[in-house]
Amino acid sequence: MTTSASPIRVEQGVEVQNRAWQEEETEMNHHGVIDATTFTELQEAAGPEFVRELVGTFLEEAPAMLADLRSARAAGDGERFRRAAHSLKSNCQTFGAMALGALAREIELRGLDPDPARDAAALGALDAAYLQAAAALEALSRG
Amino acid sequence: MASPARLLVADDNKVNRLLLQRSLQLQGHHVSLAENGRVALEMLVREPFDLLLLDIAMPEMDGFQVLERLGKDLRLRDLPVIVTSAVEGMDSVVRCIECGAEDYLPKPVNPVLLRARIGASLEKKRLRDQQKELLRRFATREVAEDLDASGFKLGGRRLEATVMFSDIRGFTTMAEAMAPEETIELLNTYYMLMFDAISGHGGVINQMVGDGLMAIFGAPLALADSCGSAVRAAEEMLAMVALFNLEPDRKGKTPIRIGVGIASGSVIAGYTGTDQRATYTCVGDTVNLAARLEAHTKAAGHAILVDGATQAALGAAVITQALGPVVFKGKTLAVDVFSVGIA
Repeated sequence: MTTSASPIRVEQGVEVQNRAWQEEETEMNHHGVIDATTFTELQEAAGPEFVRELVGTFLEEAPAMLADLRSARAAGDGERFRRAAHSLKSNCQTFGAMALGALAREIELRGLDPDPARDAAALGALDAAYLQAAAALEALSRG
Repeated sequence: MASPARLLVADDNKVNRLLLQRSLQLQGHHVSLAENGRVALEMLVREPFDLLLLDIAMPEMDGFQVLERLGKDLRLRDLPVIVTSAVEGMDSVVRCIECGAEDYLPKPVNPVLLRARIGASLEKKRLRDQQKELLRRFATREVAEDLDASGFKLGGRRLEATVMFSDIRGFTTMAEAMAPEETIELLNTYYMLMFDAISGHGGVINQMVGDGLMAIFGAPLALADSCGSAVRAAEEMLAMVALFNLEPDRKGKTPIRIGVGIASGSVIAGYTGTDQRATYTCVGDTVNLAARLEAHTKAAGHAILVDGATQAALGAAVITQALGPVVFKGKTLAVDVFSVGIA
């Protein structure tokens, strides 16, 4: 093998490898964050194009639900707190967003914690899980 | 596929609303959306729907409150409601069913199950509607609603009401000269006109025998001015008959004339008959008196005759003429008789 016969430089080879690894990692994330069976069944029942739009709606609506949770926590409004968590959980079940759904469910069933710090921690975890779920859903719905 | 139905989806979550709408549209139904219980109720009052898909956890008015409100609304209490919710635990399912929900589907809603449940609910509604329609045809709207609200029970109660009897003068002689089809057609037209006049003034026709009919004002539902309503209905009946006689195809035929007797007072109203076959009716002296007054119209030469109780309640706006006391057949005491309007 001569250097002139190889069009790929060493740096490029590393980049390609890195990209492949990243893609694989992303794939794995999708599988871990979104339940593939639920998502595929949803696409089969409602049509992939519609599900793409529905994911778009969810990504528009979810930040408001997360914000609602925080403001309900701040206002000590237990009913609104539970309802926002319930609403988020319900959508997670629709899309198969298991991890996010499980966190939302915990918050729904527990309601306001007497210790606001615990709720703050739970909401922090929820935000992080949402970012992961949002990225995964976006990637999945694009096919 | 079953024929398309008009469905209302009430859910505060936009993703849930859109997904349900999509599933239902794919099944061929017409779908409207409401973002909470209050909006759903407003829409249900405004336009007709065949079925409501209802979420539980909603702001402003939740699903339980909607179910309670529907149960209290005579027009909406039969609307089938399928609750779709991600609320966990058996308690909420039980509460929904107790509040009158037809069915409960957990979220996320399985499309196959959704189709089956909607089909079953719509079929039940169709049968109920058919049953109600039959009831309406053979009973009046008021009786049908009374039956619907309180169920069927033989037996009656005493109440104050105004009773009206009416028939076509010399109908038997007229009918003898007519073909049977013509007689039935004439009767049908006559009844249609009388029904409009009577029900338009809050009266309930509870008997039709040949050319005669009996109507009640103030039962089964109370009426603010039963005497005035009955007299106004009688005047409209006469006006209707006069118009009917002027119709081109009545030309050359004997004009129809009717007599109306009205009496007010205590009656016993309720369902009489057997558990298998019953009718809503009124009995008592007031009823007998109204029948006697109607029979007396011919001899008195006045189309509308009323008793003293009815006349006393009429007020100055209605012109009446005292015809003096009359002792009717089967009665020992004389009764004051009044004619309404000009002879």
